Amino acid sequence: MALFKTTKFVSSFGSFTPSFAAFPSRASSWWAEVQMGPPDPILGVTEAFKRDTNSKKMNLGVGAYRDDNGKPYVLNCVRKAEALIASKMLDKEYLGIGGLGEFTKACAELALGPDSEVLQGKRSITVQTISGTGSLRIGANFLSRFHTVARDVYLPKPSWGNHTPIFRDAGLQLKAYRYYDPATCGFDFSGALDDISKIPEHSIIMLHACAHNPTGVDPRPEQWKELSTVIKNRKLLVFFDMAYQGFASGDIDRDAWAVRYFIEQGHNILLSQSFAKNMGLYGERVGGFTVVCGDTEEAKRVESQLKILIRPIYSNPPMNGARIASTILNTPELRSTWLEEVKGMADRIIKMREMLVTNLKNEGSTHNWQHVTDQIGMFCFTGLKPEQVERLTKEFSVYMTKDGRISVAGVTSGNVGYLAHAIHQVTK
Amino acid sequence: MSIYGEVPLAAPVAVFKLTADFRDDQNTKKVNLGVGAYRTDEGQPWVLPVVRKVEKMIADDHSLNHEYLPILGLPEFRSSASKIALGEDSPAIKENRVGAVQCLGGTGALKIGAEFLRRWYNGTDNTKTPVYVSAPTWENHNAVFSNAGFEDIRPYKYWDAGKRGLDLTGFLGDLEGAPEHSIFVLHACAHNPTGTDPTREQWKQISEVMKRKNLFAFFDSAYQGFASGDLEKDAWAVRYFVSEGFELFCAQSFSKNFGLYNERVGNLTVVGRDQDNVNRVLSQMEKIVRITWSNPPSQGARLVAITLNTPQLFAEWKDNVKTMADRVLLMRAQLKEKLKALGTPGTWEHITEQIGMFSFTGLNPKQVEYMVKEKHIYLMASGRINMCGLTSKNIDYVAESIHEAVTKVQ
Repeated sequence: MALFKTTKFVSSFGSFTPSFAAFPSRASSWWAEVQMGPPDPILGVTEAFKRDTNSKKMNLGVGAYRDDNGKPYVLNCVRKAEALIASKMLDKEYLGIGGLGEFTKACAELALGPDSEVLQGKRSITVQTISGTGSLRIGANFLSRFHTVARDVYLPKPSWGNHTPIFRDAGLQLKAYRYYDPATCGFDFSGALDDISKIPEHSIIMLHACAHNPTGVDPRPEQWKELSTVIKNRKLLVFFDMAYQGFASGDIDRDAWAVRYFIEQGHNILLSQSFAKNMGLYGERVGGFTVVCGDTEEAKRVESQLKILIRPIYSNPPMNGARIASTILNTPELRSTWLEEVKGMADRIIKMREMLVTNLKNEGSTHNWQHVTDQIGMFCFTGLKPEQVERLTKEFSVYMTKDGRISVAGVTSGNVGYLAHAIHQVTK
Repeated sequence: MSIYGEVPLAAPVAVFKLTADFRDDQNTKKVNLGVGAYRTDEGQPWVLPVVRKVEKMIADDHSLNHEYLPILGLPEFRSSASKIALGEDSPAIKENRVGAVQCLGGTGALKIGAEFLRRWYNGTDNTKTPVYVSAPTWENHNAVFSNAGFEDIRPYKYWDAGKRGLDLTGFLGDLEGAPEHSIFVLHACAHNPTGTDPTREQWKQISEVMKRKNLFAFFDSAYQGFASGDLEKDAWAVRYFVSEGFELFCAQSFSKNFGLYNERVGNLTVVGRDQDNVNRVLSQMEKIVRITWSNPPSQGARLVAITLNTPQLFAEWKDNVKTMADRVLLMRAQLKEKLKALGTPGTWEHITEQIGMFSFTGLNPKQVEYMVKEKHIYLMASGRINMCGLTSKNIDYVAESIHEAVTKVQ
């Protein structure tokens, strides 16, 4: 009775009465056939880690830097830059589609070097992107639309898990070249050369500039030189993914060496940069996409097309992170602080690698763990097999991805002993 | 011999070119009535006082860091943003059948919605599903949907140039004639570029046809609060559709109503039949986000979430929004009065009947050219002006110039 009265009251105000019956042919949902998307493998690791009540648990899945207390680290230069920016009381007007000019300029200089002939000749274009992913996506879209001579993108085997779906969704085909040698836990140089020498001309080849993800295995300079020659012979279009400049060796110029060498050798490269790790600006989404062109006129044409690609995705990029990065790069004192801090992060990672190997030896492990210190950057391909990884998780609450990859950033001086102990137990 | 040899020079995006031309113009009387951003009576950008306050709170909170947000965004942002659109007491929210994705501005929300619909809406390949956008509409709507893979993007009648108002008959006719399952992009309020919104009675008629013809409602809500000054009023159409049982998308932008243009704060609200359906939809949207931008930027979302979830700040925000809306209303009233006083030929009621940031003046391309070239008043070729560009200092000049354009140029 009360319900009836309520309905009358409501309808006399011309108000709402839910009426599912009004969709007689659609009692079910538009989305009835939508499948549940598969859970993200890495997120799955973190979820399981969170649920674990073991006080000794370790999360070695996370791809974000942690300090020696296992905590996220906001760089001092970032805090200082933020304070500087806040004091300027800037407005919030839209950036141009290509982003903050002072950022893109500094971003390009950081990668290519201040004396770069490319920059002096103004024959490149750099646009601000939504961190590394956004940069790769714009690059993929650009290639799909304009690189009509070839549709294949060659990734190293293995590569970052997200590379494949990004390029595929952009309409390109994915192929691979040998890269990681599981026998040595190192670089399969001859395999790579062999595969690359057979890649059809004009195909796109993706190279990790430094700190290969997920293996941590980087070519040595002499190896890069040979790769460059073969790639040039095959007339391949080079796409560098540089997500760890500064973070790998601690030296920004050393980490950018391959990129700069290839350009000097005449490759007009595409380049994705991320400032997520090296500035700790993960959630602010700071990145750049660069296309090295033949001349200024060509760079202008390419720029205009990049804008056409960007506009229907997100119109223009977010300011906050780019402003922070730009302030750091363009303020000498902050830039020095940053270089010290990024070296600090890289050094801690290197130290953890060394400590892990030392501890494994002390545990009595007779395996060759040299790859742990040979590899570089945030990630280490331990060589552990899936069954061993499972034991590590079940018996020791050490969480990592099934491929045996650990994020060294999750290792601290406080837990490296425990980790070594656990690894020894499952590998002895 | 370059791989980019065949890459053509693309035309610049019109609205940004307009601003660039305005910037280069040396004339002291110049007025920018182009790009859609709020301006104060001094012609300056306005960072909302509540935004400055919350920014400082965030900066002073050293417990905050810059870690990645989840792929779908900041949870407290998503839920509070959806509440803004659907209402605190929304039955859909109570029934747990609302989900949301934090996106890069309103554009980003449209993008994720479009990509999802193309993959999953009616079968798994919707490239041929018609998408209808109003004639005229925001110039980027077309590109968002076509880049998402939709091959059949059609106009629906909307603006009646003759009577300078809504062509309801045409609109309803296009709804009736649309193939079943067609997607319709609806402007929740403050239609861009015409400023002409359906009345509540008209929305009811639109809803009735859409329900009967099984058409999908994709709302674009870029001006909530900014149109009438009242958040609830501006959300009426979206809420009505929800109450009528529609499963719908609503792309929300916080660029204008929070003045957070460059922080790219948007939210895609998803209303479904039940929680299970919404969960599956979100799981697929997550995959799309992952290959587009991985996860969204944190600064703007934090700011909005704190504001919406703190009663005192929320009240301040609503007040700031009203300030902006009121100034626009004042400029509308004054422009109309001045044109009437000048005896400018034609009727100018539409200036106050239209709502939001924009007004479709009715000036033709030649008259617009006159305004730009001779009077250094920058407006879109469509005759669209941004009311926010008007100030007490320039409104006389603008009114006189419109008068000249209308009387001198046919």
